[in-house]
Amino acid sequence: MPGLKAVSASRKVPYNSVNGAARIDRGDDPDRRHAQGRVPVIPGSFDYHRPKSVQEAVALLAKLGDDGRLLAGGHSLVPAMKLRLATPGNLIDLAGIADLKGIRADGGDIVIGAMTTQHELIVSKLLADKIPLVAETSAQIADPQVRYLGTLGGNVANGDPANDMPALMLCLNATFEVSGPRGERRIAARGFYQGLYATAMQSGEVLTAIRIPVPAAGHGYAYEKLKRKIGDFATAAAAVMLTTKGGKVETCAIGLTNVADRPLFADEAAKILIGSALDAATVKRAVAAAEAITAPAEDRRGPAQYRTKMAGVMLARALGRAKSRANGGA
Amino acid sequence: MAKSQVAMKINGKTVEALVEPRTLLIHFLRDQLNITGPHIGCETSHCGACTVDLDGKSVKSCTVFAVQANGSDIVTIEGIANPDGTLHALQEGFRQMHGLQCGFCTPGMITRAYRLLQENNNPTEAEIRYGISGNLCRCTGYQNIVKAIQYAAAKLNGVPFQEAAE
Repeated sequence: MPGLKAVSASRKVPYNSVNGAARIDRGDDPDRRHAQGRVPVIPGSFDYHRPKSVQEAVALLAKLGDDGRLLAGGHSLVPAMKLRLATPGNLIDLAGIADLKGIRADGGDIVIGAMTTQHELIVSKLLADKIPLVAETSAQIADPQVRYLGTLGGNVANGDPANDMPALMLCLNATFEVSGPRGERRIAARGFYQGLYATAMQSGEVLTAIRIPVPAAGHGYAYEKLKRKIGDFATAAAAVMLTTKGGKVETCAIGLTNVADRPLFADEAAKILIGSALDAATVKRAVAAAEAITAPAEDRRGPAQYRTKMAGVMLARALGRAKSRANGGA
Repeated sequence: MAKSQVAMKINGKTVEALVEPRTLLIHFLRDQLNITGPHIGCETSHCGACTVDLDGKSVKSCTVFAVQANGSDIVTIEGIANPDGTLHALQEGFRQMHGLQCGFCTPGMITRAYRLLQENNNPTEAEIRYGISGNLCRCTGYQNIVKAIQYAAAKLNGVPFQEAAE
C-alpha cells in the first residue's frame, strides 16, 4: 500500500498529516493531494506580535502593511495557514488587548468587544436577558472547543459567508466599530459585506466592537440552521427577529447564512410579513421572496437548488418559532 | 524568523522554552516536552484528540500556536489523576464503563469532560453529548463514553451511579 510508506516517511519530517489526510479520504492519492497543496501541513514562518492596545495594533498594521495579519481566535486563520492558503509574514495577536473584551450595555445598545468569544456570548446573562438570539446562534457554531476561542469579531470581520454571525448582524442591524490610521469610524453591518471575503473594512483597520440595538422586550426570534454534522458550516440558515402588536407583525428582519457569496439581508421577504399575522399564505410568499435572492454555490452540502430550498425551509421554521416566542412561548 | 521565549504552567509545573512562532501547541507539547498524552488525530480542528485545558477552556491544541499559550495554565491528560496517584473519577469511569476501545480519543475525551464537569457538575445525557460534540470516537458509538462521564459526575457528587435502563 503506497499510503503506508507516506505514513512512516512523514514521521521523520516535522509533523505533517499526510497520513491523517490519506485516512480521511481513502482512495485519493496522497502525493497528488500534497502537490495540489490540499494536505494540512505546518504553517509558514512568521513573526509574532502581541500588542497591548488598539493603538499599538493599528501602528503595527500600518508598519507591516499587507504582510501583517490580525489573529483573533484563530479558528479560521490557523487552519488556512496550515493549508498554506494564508502565509502571512507577521501575525498580530489581539488577545492581549483588554479593551477588546467584554459585553456591556450602553444606552439602548449592547456593545460587545471584538475579541469576545462565542463561549462568552453563550454564558452572558446580559445577552440572555436582552438579545437571546445571539447566544442561540453562537451555540450552533462549530463545537465547544472552537467556541472557547472563536470570537465574534473574527467571525463577522472575516467576510466568510459560511459564518453564522454575519447574517445575524444583518438581522439585528448591528454596527461595527473600527479603528484605523485615520481614527475611528462606524460601519453599518447592512453595508459591510461586499462579496466573498470582501468587506467595507480597509487595510490597516482593526474591528474593535460590535454594537447591537436592544430589540423591544417581548420580541420573537430564532436562528434555524441546517448542517450535515456538528462542526460543519450551514447548508443554509436563517435568522429572524420580529415584534408583534395585537397579533400582527410590527417589525421584522431576516438574515440568511451561506446561500450566496455574502450574508443576505432579506428585506423584501421581511416587508411582505409586516402587518400580517404570519398566516401560511403570507409566510409562503415571504419564503419565495427570500429564496429569490439566494445564489448558493453547489458544493458537498448539495446542489444550488436544494440549498435555496433549504434556506426557505429554515426561514419558515424560524418564523414559526419567532412567532411562538413573541407570544410568550419557548 | 526570531524564536520566542515562552513560559507556561503545564500540569502544575512551570515550563520555559524557545519556540518558533509557527509551532503549534500540540507539537510543542509532544515534540519539545515529550508530553504525548494529547494525540494528533486529524490536525484539522475536527477530531478533538489533541484537546487540552488552557486557562479553564477546552481547546484543540492543533489550532493554537504555542506562543499564544505564553503565560497560560495548561492541564493535559497527564495532569488529570489525583495528587496521590489514584485515578480521577473520569479515568475510573472510562475504565469501569468501558468508555474506550482503541483508546486514541480517550485523552481528549477525558480532558474535555473534565472541563464540562467543572462547568456543569450534574449534566443530563443531552448536555454530555452536546458538551463532547467536538470529540470524535470511531470505536464506541459514544454510549459508554456518555456512561463513563455520568459515572464520574455521580462519583464526584458523592451519589451512587445508576445506569439508565436500556
